[in-house]
Amino acid sequence: MRIRRAGDRGLLIETDAPHRLNAAVRAAGLPGVVDVVPGERTVLVTTAGDPGRLAGLLPGLPLPDDDAGDAAPVEIPVVYDGADLAEVAELAGLTVGEVVALHGGADYTVAYLGFSPGFGYLTGLPERLHVPRRESPRTAVPAGSVAIAGPYAAVYPSRSPGGWRLLGRSDLPLWDVARTPPSLLQPGTRVRFVEAGP
Amino acid sequence: MIEVLRSGPLATVQDLGRPGLAHLGVPRSGAADAPSLRLANRLVGNPEGAAGIEFTFGGGALRFHRAAWMAVTGAPVPFAVDGRGQGANAPCRVPAGAVLEMGAPPHGLRSYLAVRGGVAPDAVLGSRSTDLLSGLGPAPLTPGDRLPVGATEGLAAINVDVAPVPPPPDEPVLRLLPGPRDDWFTRDALRVLTGAPYEVTADSNRVGVRLDGARLERARDGELGSEGMVTGALQVPPSGLPILFLADHPTTGGYPVIAVLTAAAIPSAAQLRPGRRVRFTL
Repeated sequence: MRIRRAGDRGLLIETDAPHRLNAAVRAAGLPGVVDVVPGERTVLVTTAGDPGRLAGLLPGLPLPDDDAGDAAPVEIPVVYDGADLAEVAELAGLTVGEVVALHGGADYTVAYLGFSPGFGYLTGLPERLHVPRRESPRTAVPAGSVAIAGPYAAVYPSRSPGGWRLLGRSDLPLWDVARTPPSLLQPGTRVRFVEAGP
Repeated sequence: MIEVLRSGPLATVQDLGRPGLAHLGVPRSGAADAPSLRLANRLVGNPEGAAGIEFTFGGGALRFHRAAWMAVTGAPVPFAVDGRGQGANAPCRVPAGAVLEMGAPPHGLRSYLAVRGGVAPDAVLGSRSTDLLSGLGPAPLTPGDRLPVGATEGLAAINVDVAPVPPPPDEPVLRLLPGPRDDWFTRDALRVLTGAPYEVTADSNRVGVRLDGARLERARDGELGSEGMVTGALQVPPSGLPILFLADHPTTGGYPVIAVLTAAAIPSAAQLRPGRRVRFTL
């Protein structure tokens, strides 16, 4: 664990286990903590005051064994009819059926959220499907679009611009401001994609 | 109820935002210059976090359908009620049916209007703030919008005549702390950043202030994994020109942050005007 200052109201902690550290910081109920934000290999903790004392407490926090170990994965139904499906198959040297089988057969974990509210970056995408994002992003990607880019899979929780390659769509609401929490996906949530009838 | 007659270049409803949801990709948002909103609220006896209106470059006009106490703070914008000039940083009584009209601030960028009771459009995720990055909260104000005003029973008494506030400096000097990723840049980069002034470009908004000036050189290639971002961060994309994150900044980002403004400097950053210059100091 290496702790870096992020201004006078934040600490950026480098860690091999961002989800476990995230869970540990939340469970500890430390005074003055405002936000706890996992990244790929970090956890950002922002505070209402000087975070100096917090920096001293973090290395001693007991890490849980596995933050989502017993929870069942969230199953996301997908209709595989995305605009980029054929292109992804060509880039990967696979048939469309093989792309669908690979994408739908893997176990995913939400590494972190960002880009837009409820947008989870899912790790676990089979390496054969690691394709670059589109050269020119779309100005509008519909909500529910199931997409991949680089090592990540994702579902667009709301309509937004986007450069990821679209494999299909899901009608499962990922983001709902009337729900608590509003995001179906949280850092560490496990995810499976399940092929749905059109 | 307050009716928007003119919004000026940009007017949004802002309170103190949506802290605690950044791990779900929700920006903090809220007033870009939070101490100015807090002051406006105190002047009219509101809790500091009540929702008010953030005007960018002034220019607003509002009709108060009911008599109300209000106060204007932040960028020192001239304003009049039914044609009669009024002073900023002071509570001001507006009669029913009166029209408030604003000019343009000679310094600074963002002015705040608080009304006793607070403006009260529907809250989203606990806040009435307009988040321009993610689209949460009410849309930016447009002529014809009608904003409800909250209840005034039980609020604190109005007991300040005027709050002394120095005008924002023409070329502010903002203090920063190195890191968290200053080691991604050459040893010289922090000296360059704090050497000559930077120009605030027109491509700046509530998400961030894009700066033009000396480029900051990286000491290493490769990609930083996406990580949490803080307000006041100076993120450096491949162009080498830093972007200073304000209230609606994205919650995570993949470009290294060379330095972060101190919390005390962030309100001044929110008052940076396009075309003007800013200096940084350690």
